Amino acid sequence: MKTSAQKPPQPPRWARTLLRWYCRRDLLEDLEGDMNEYFERNLKTKGIRHARWIYMLDALKFFRPYTIRKPEFINLFIHWLMLGSYLKTSRRSLVRNKLFSAINIIGLAVSMSVGLLVIAFLTDLFSYDLFHEKRHRIYRLLTRHESAEHNIMNFASTSLKAGYKIRETIPGVEDVTLIRRGFYSDAKVNDETIIPLEATWADPSFLKIFTFPMLKGNPATALKEPYSLVVTEKTAHKLFGETEALGKTVRFDTVNYTVTGVLKDIPKLSHIRFEALVSLSSMLGQKADSDGGVMDWNNIYQNYVYLTLPENANLAAIQAGLDRISTAENATLDRQKIDLSLQPMDKIVFSERLSNEIGVNIPQPVAWILIGLAFVVILSACFNYTNLSIARSMRRSREVGIRKVIGALKNHVLGQFMAESVIISVMALVFSFLLFLILRSQFMALAPQLADIVSLELSPMLILYFLLLALVVGLGAGFLPALFYSRIQAIQAMKDASSLKVFRHVNMRKTLIVVQYTFSLIFITTTLIGYKQYRGFLSFDLGFTTENILNIRMQGNKSSLLKKELAEIPAVSQIATSRMITSLGSLYGTQLKYKGHGVQDSAMVWLNFVDENYIPLHKHRFLAGTNFKNRPTSGNETEVIVNEQVLKRFHIAERNPAEAVGKQVVLDNKPLTIVGVLKDFHYGTMDHKIEPTVFRYSSEETGGNLNVGIKSEDYPAALSSIEAAWQKIDKIHPLKAAFYDDQIEEAYKQFEVMVKVIGFITFLAICIASMGLFGMVVFTTETRLKEISIRKVLGATESGLIFHLSKGFLLLLLIATLVALPVTYIFFDQYVLTKFEYHQPIGVIELVISVLVVMALAFLLIGSQTLKAARSNPAKVLKSE
Amino acid sequence: MKGTNLGEFEELVLLTIAALVNDAYSVAICDELEKYTGRVAKLGVVHAVLNRLEEKGLVKSRMGEATSERGGKRKRFYEVSHAGKVALTRSKEVREALWRVIPGFNLEGSV
Repeated sequence: MKTSAQKPPQPPRWARTLLRWYCRRDLLEDLEGDMNEYFERNLKTKGIRHARWIYMLDALKFFRPYTIRKPEFINLFIHWLMLGSYLKTSRRSLVRNKLFSAINIIGLAVSMSVGLLVIAFLTDLFSYDLFHEKRHRIYRLLTRHESAEHNIMNFASTSLKAGYKIRETIPGVEDVTLIRRGFYSDAKVNDETIIPLEATWADPSFLKIFTFPMLKGNPATALKEPYSLVVTEKTAHKLFGETEALGKTVRFDTVNYTVTGVLKDIPKLSHIRFEALVSLSSMLGQKADSDGGVMDWNNIYQNYVYLTLPENANLAAIQAGLDRISTAENATLDRQKIDLSLQPMDKIVFSERLSNEIGVNIPQPVAWILIGLAFVVILSACFNYTNLSIARSMRRSREVGIRKVIGALKNHVLGQFMAESVIISVMALVFSFLLFLILRSQFMALAPQLADIVSLELSPMLILYFLLLALVVGLGAGFLPALFYSRIQAIQAMKDASSLKVFRHVNMRKTLIVVQYTFSLIFITTTLIGYKQYRGFLSFDLGFTTENILNIRMQGNKSSLLKKELAEIPAVSQIATSRMITSLGSLYGTQLKYKGHGVQDSAMVWLNFVDENYIPLHKHRFLAGTNFKNRPTSGNETEVIVNEQVLKRFHIAERNPAEAVGKQVVLDNKPLTIVGVLKDFHYGTMDHKIEPTVFRYSSEETGGNLNVGIKSEDYPAALSSIEAAWQKIDKIHPLKAAFYDDQIEEAYKQFEVMVKVIGFITFLAICIASMGLFGMVVFTTETRLKEISIRKVLGATESGLIFHLSKGFLLLLLIATLVALPVTYIFFDQYVLTKFEYHQPIGVIELVISVLVVMALAFLLIGSQTLKAARSNPAKVLKSE
Repeated sequence: MKGTNLGEFEELVLLTIAALVNDAYSVAICDELEKYTGRVAKLGVVHAVLNRLEEKGLVKSRMGEATSERGGKRKRFYEVSHAGKVALTRSKEVREALWRVIPGFNLEGSV
């Protein structure tokens, strides 16, 4: 460190710059001198670090009203006066360089339209639940359940008991409301109108905590009495038409409910949605429901608890209270653990994944990915602007030189070029807004769920955000070129423009191109790999067939009735019954107990209730044993069919299927005999491993499905005759039927949406990068036209010239490839595909194809321009000199 | 008019400027004040007071010559203006008049 020893220690540079920036000119010199003097003095007495520290503090402390430089209005005034001139020159330069302007404006417009979409999407998500007056004080109770096998699950739902305990034992909680989901029933009005209704049980505090304005009725008492019903305006209209709803009676099943209130329709951006509210007291009055005691501590699947806390509540004390409750209650559980925690309302929409989510939930990573994609695409377009502007600097440097000679200061030129880029980005905004309107409907059509989540409607706030985006993009894109122009020396520019170091920033420009192409390549490989995986999920061998099977939801009807009707349709080959449709993501588990080698073992197994036709219809493969032989009509089942994993998990008969047949297992306290062992098949989705699964017998599933094998090729005709059969047994509910293959496609819909979104972004990224590359090639060949001509005169061949001109660009693409491919490969191999138990390997083919596509496009762009230059007549070019 | 009233610290600074005669610039004033009053005089405070005194017209300032010290920055030397001198004299007279009317003042017992 020789140099620093020779040079005396200096005060911190940024502090000095800050001081010089804000301090009044007439005070600056002696103030800076004073501070220097103190600095030198402190240097001797207290050492360098202390001295620098004091200098920094002083620089900040002197920022006072009397030292601050007044804004130089004359400067701003000049900018204002010159605005007209800037506009004029900007317009001229735009018109003169049509190609560059088009590349810039189209690139920015296209990329900004994606940005607009993301902004609109996120704005909608952030606007969720804003209508609740107490939203800053509302919290939701979350439940963490740890099972005996140490499986941890986090639930948005909780137990009713937790809600009651909080109300009773935790001081400092303002109000608690309990909600229960799962009220699906047919509403009968005057025994005529029958409308299926989905309602939520809620207690009286519900209307106090949430802001759902009541149009008719008394909010304080509406949900108090048992069998009270509060409907929304829309539901009221559905049930009663134009007549007054308040006080009317609605019958569900055999019980009469009285309408005690009419609510204003629920805003779209609400995470809690319902058609009607039923007083919670009506449910607690009924007998215990099917999953055990409603008030049990571990009945955590259907209930939700929300509470309001006073301003500045002590959250730690409340959490301590929750912990006390769970410790006391967990003592009653067998090897399980339930913990409670609070979640603020504004975190609900963007929370981590929770089971039994009550409404809309977007995991935070998704939001970040969206922002990231939009950012990358916009950045790419900004790079184009920066690159092309700097490349063109030679042509405009004379203008800058003249401006400087006439008296423009550095920051005037800076202002001029920033203004120009903002003008361009605002022009791009107009185009991108039109594109946004088109994109919006396309985006909404991607998945029907999206239209349910967001509306993407325009609002003044949104327009403001859009303008802000244009401003930021303009300033971001224009900053580097503006800085470059403002530093041009007037004399040099006037004397000889070519002496300007146009190629000084060549490395920066090359870097920008490499970055653009790296992103393009990453995007395109991601799309191809993602698409292959998605196709793989759809065509994956699940271990059973799903072809030509139509699944019909029974919706509470007797399946035997429908079976009889369907059997008469010639297109129907086989009819089976099952409680649930597997491989779509829903899971249904129970405890299986097995006593082998004298040791009792129990573990969770996945379960489906099916009839004797299910296994043949789906062509499950038996390793040993047979189909169900004992076929009781109700309850007295004695048999179970298991998969290989069950044998493996419980070590039944040393995993020998043939010997396992005949062994006894216990399910739900029922001893059942294994009659068949199936080859392993998929019960969950591809992100789950194949786990122990059992089939139990049930011939009647009113809440389940009929699985109908269709043999005819004429699907519309088969469907319409099935529809007619359905009409005979159920006139109220429309037929809900879907082909198994379509259902599987639906289950992986999110991947399809992802592939489409990323595919679209890829398309944009490649377009923008190509336009940028094209611009650069055009510019380079134009500036080197003379060189080419001389080379040609000296005898260079066309192919040699083309190679000479394009090798620089090809090198850049090569670097981009070398960066992008490993990055994508590692990203998928290490992070994405590890989340899926079953997936396709990453093929070299996808990687090669993506490189080829991008390269071919780039070759075309480079080749066409270089060929044009190489073919130009050298005599003409050189003559004009 | 706020102009003629002197604050306690302002008066001290003004007196120091007068005492330093031709060598009154901010850092020297700080040192001198510290020497006489025993209080630590921060540059920031003194600088603000000097600026205020100049605004009130009680001091005049001029820039010195550039030297190799202080990073080549010039010093700003202060000098008490006529109005400053009047203000100092006036405040001294006020005090003396008050002293005179205090009967039999001595320090005994109060220290």
